[in-house]
Amino acid sequence: MSTATVSGPRRSKLGWNLLGLFVFVTAGFPVYWMLNTALKPAKDAIDPDPSLLPTSLTFANFGRALDIADFWGPVGRSLVVSLTVVVIGIVVGMLAALAISRFAFRGRKVVIVGILAVQMVPLVAMIIPVFLLLNDLGQYDRLTGLIITYLTFILPFTVWTLRGFIVNIPRELEEAAMVDGCSRTTAFIRVVFPLLAPGMVATSVYGFIQAWNEYLYALMLMSQQNQTATVWLGNFTTKHGTEYAPMMAGSTLMAVPIVVLFLLVQRKMAAGLTAGAVKG
Amino acid sequence: MSAADTTAPAKVPPARPAPPPTPPAVTSSPTRRLAGGAAVPWALLAPCLLILAVVLGYPLVRLATLSFQEFGQSQLWGFKPAESVGFDNFAKVLGDSEFWAVVVRTIVFAAACVVFTMVIGMAIALLLQRVSGWVKTLINIALVASWGMPIIVATTVFKWLFDSDYGIFNALLSKLPGVDMIGHNWFASGPEGLAVITLLVVWGAVPFVVITLSAGLTQVPKELEEAARLDGAGAWGVFRYVTLPILKPIIVMLTTLSVIWDMGVFPQVFVMRNGHPEAEFQLLTTYSYDKAFVVNDYAQGSAIALLTVLLLLGVIGVYMRQMLKIGEVE
Repeated sequence: MSTATVSGPRRSKLGWNLLGLFVFVTAGFPVYWMLNTALKPAKDAIDPDPSLLPTSLTFANFGRALDIADFWGPVGRSLVVSLTVVVIGIVVGMLAALAISRFAFRGRKVVIVGILAVQMVPLVAMIIPVFLLLNDLGQYDRLTGLIITYLTFILPFTVWTLRGFIVNIPRELEEAAMVDGCSRTTAFIRVVFPLLAPGMVATSVYGFIQAWNEYLYALMLMSQQNQTATVWLGNFTTKHGTEYAPMMAGSTLMAVPIVVLFLLVQRKMAAGLTAGAVKG
Repeated sequence: MSAADTTAPAKVPPARPAPPPTPPAVTSSPTRRLAGGAAVPWALLAPCLLILAVVLGYPLVRLATLSFQEFGQSQLWGFKPAESVGFDNFAKVLGDSEFWAVVVRTIVFAAACVVFTMVIGMAIALLLQRVSGWVKTLINIALVASWGMPIIVATTVFKWLFDSDYGIFNALLSKLPGVDMIGHNWFASGPEGLAVITLLVVWGAVPFVVITLSAGLTQVPKELEEAARLDGAGAWGVFRYVTLPILKPIIVMLTTLSVIWDMGVFPQVFVMRNGHPEAEFQLLTTYSYDKAFVVNDYAQGSAIALLTVLLLLGVIGVYMRQMLKIGEVE
């Protein structure tokens, strides 16, 4: 390979590009097929020998998807839950992230280990006691119950990610401001906070997506009348079978806004998630 | 003010035989940079710790106590008090051959997901360095789209791709000469169905690995690779002896995270099997769920969940050491 790059860089690039296109097609195919099915007439979707290219375009499946079960109710509930969780998570999480990244104190290590450890408890392991707890508290089938449980995974995530962003802001900036007469608090507000803002936006959006996408708790802790957006997708499968074309339309409705949001922040997120990993 | 200042005196005299460790506790702490009262950080941490204690601490304790009790429907509705039964639940679970089959299946499944994710992710990350700009953009779009897709949507889409009658996958395979897969049901057998689910998990997990590793690859000094090449190392040699060691912390982090996520796979199996996974599809997560909410034996379900957590602890130990090292260098 190294000799190939020396003797014919153009030709070897072509090979890599072809391989790259193969990766693009493979990775993108499920998304393409979702869109393709969503936009073709429902009867074309159940062709045993489906055409790879779009047949005729229609938006009828989207109408059908919105008809099958109430769509805006679940979406509204998901919005309320996700936004609340993110707001609590970001405020509380930032204070904690600040503590572990900017202060030396006894027990800091224990706190870091603790926050990392709780991130690793599988959600499914928690579902039984959480179900019993909410049952005892009378919070079963309530949005507040769902918000409380979502904090279990949003909070450790925001703390750890914001920590990553804070670590990347040089301490010297704060120290300089403090030498110039700022108190530690004003130094933070005037120097660190503006630099941290993009990271906080990225963390909020990412946290929002995680809360929005959660399925298990939403399924277990909410009744059919109070289901959230992810569980709504289940309505397309009934005893009589699955309506695939409207289902793909529903999937598109669910996925497109999230993917677009995701696109906006993913570059920033990769930086936050891996902050320090390379240096370590 | 900085760590360098406080620790410098201890490092200066190199020739002298090491003096007995003079006041060690103070100077040895590398994190002691911005001094401050202990009250401030704890005050900042308080809300976070309080919430975690309530939403996580309490349920975890409850999980542990539950697994030592008898707890079914009658205890749930309060007709009977929950009584302690010692290790009975664990004895029941561990004595059940089905449980061990599930453990083995879960480990094989998770291992396959992790290995494929890491190998494919690394291959694509390396490939991205070699392709033209426009191909790179195309791949990135596809990766971000599959990464951002909600798991539940991805699962639904894969169910459609692998549909026995109208799935495009069967139709495409049947286009190959001598292959007739029309009507083939991928979920008729556990191994085949789990292979499809592995594909789904890997497809969803690869983008994060690629993007993280790509970020890491940009930090590999070009001069080091050059030097290795001048010394006669081939592509594999450069990768093995230069790139890989530098990426090691990221790889450890990604691998452990993948293990944790893949051991916790639930909606993919649950939704693919319409909420009722057959025995051949049960993983530890769905098995615990089944015992608790289908058989209504919450105690046994908890015992299984607790055993799953214990199984993960080994992995967490490795990961924790890595993360602590990262926390140290700040």
